[in-house]
Amino acid sequence: MKFSRKTLGIPYSVFLILFVVLPLVVLFFYAFTNGQGQFTFANLTGFFTDPNAIGTLIYSFAIAAVTTIVCLLLAYPTAYLLAMSSLKSKSVIVMIFVMPMWINFSLRITAMKEILTFLEGNLSMYPFLNSVIGMTYDFLPFMILPIYTTISRLDGALREAAMDLGADERSTFLTVTLPLSVPGIISGVSMVFLPAMTNYVVLDMMNNSTYIMGSLIGSYFAAYNWHAGSMIALILLGLICLFTLLSGSGEEDNQRGGALL
Amino acid sequence: MKKKIGTSVFLCIMLLVLYLPIVILAVYSFTDATNIGAIRGFSMHNYVTLFTTPELLEMIGGTLILALGSAVLATFLGTIGAIGSFYSKKKVNAAISTINQIPVINADVVTGFSICILLVVVLGVSKDTFVPLVIGHVTLCAPFVYLSVMPKIRQMDSSLYEAALDLGATPFGALTQVVIPQIVPGIISGFGLAVTLSLDDYFITTYTKPATFNTISTYVVNATKGSQTTIKTALWALSTIIFAVVILFVAIVNFRTVKKEEAQDV
Repeated sequence: MKFSRKTLGIPYSVFLILFVVLPLVVLFFYAFTNGQGQFTFANLTGFFTDPNAIGTLIYSFAIAAVTTIVCLLLAYPTAYLLAMSSLKSKSVIVMIFVMPMWINFSLRITAMKEILTFLEGNLSMYPFLNSVIGMTYDFLPFMILPIYTTISRLDGALREAAMDLGADERSTFLTVTLPLSVPGIISGVSMVFLPAMTNYVVLDMMNNSTYIMGSLIGSYFAAYNWHAGSMIALILLGLICLFTLLSGSGEEDNQRGGALL
Repeated sequence: MKKKIGTSVFLCIMLLVLYLPIVILAVYSFTDATNIGAIRGFSMHNYVTLFTTPELLEMIGGTLILALGSAVLATFLGTIGAIGSFYSKKKVNAAISTINQIPVINADVVTGFSICILLVVVLGVSKDTFVPLVIGHVTLCAPFVYLSVMPKIRQMDSSLYEAALDLGATPFGALTQVVIPQIVPGIISGFGLAVTLSLDDYFITTYTKPATFNTISTYVVNATKGSQTTIKTALWALSTIIFAVVILFVAIVNFRTVKKEEAQDV
């Protein structure tokens, strides 16, 4: 076979099919079969008729929603002020805000846990609050970065035009800057909301024994119950797809891990 | 003027929120206290424990080898994948790019669980071979390499490759001597991303690792559940060292970019 640039795509395509597509096909198959390999809806109906599972779904939404709102309320002003400021060597300061991303999350959560233990005496007093604090601490940089990127790319002339046309600072912000920064907000929200629904380690570390969606997969994994676990994974996958379609993002979602370099 | 002070105060408070827990932990890592709040004398024993406990050293070494190994594999696959995909037919390119997004958007819990089902449950690959673990990490990282290399290929002048061929280069030679050098910045940032993602991963590791192997993430999570205080406080020392390494790294990168900017100004 003659070498051409196209040929280079083959190994990666094979890799993607084998380890991205095929696992999902298998997941789908396991979700709709039972231990004997027979086709069944039992895993699906089992989830939606189990009050505990529905409670878990609601609890996940609650934790994810509160975490996302808190992150947004802290990250937006930070990103806005950073983007608008005329500070010298701004890129260095932005990097300092994003730097915690590169410290292992389990060590950061440990640090926060020690502080909370000192403040509260006993972590089990406020499990919901502690989980939200832990997740906010973990995910905050992922909210700051996309919002900062979007605001700093805005054309400053638009704001000047609004000011020239008589808008005061408040209405310039509300009618020009805020609407134009929505793509950054959406990107940030999807970087925080979905992990917050599934990242059950943070709850584990904060001694919160209530389940979120991710914990269900963890418990079925520990019990070798692949079929029920696959169904939960599939439901999560469905939610993720729905969310991605609604937010219209997906492309250029390359900010996990701090693509700042 | 008032507003400027307000801005600085708010940003400083945010920095404090982000860094105070890590800094307090760092301070306490130099004492023999087992809890935050207890005031004790200076001690290096956490660092001694960290560097003399075989279990801890193995765990740190394993994490680093896994991160570097899977990042190298992911960088290779993601880079040639991006080049190949870009020069393929539009439909093929679109298909590869779409599938590439799946691990990026998907929750790590789902990615890890699905890889575990395919490799361990269906195909019966033993977790002790490290094959599921490495495949899991490469699957997590390679799509991000693909995404950071792709824009560089788009920006590249594609007639250069053809010029090289016209001047007698073999396709392989043109690739390694003309194409690759131009996309090196994308490859490097992709590699950096891959390393950080692998280092920070918990879920894919949990679902695919051999029972006796631990990365920093899985080890710390288990250690915080236990009541062994010597290990717990030794991990404070580890946190402090990683914090110092990250600061050093950021300082070097910034120093270099500032220098570069200065050179361009002249």
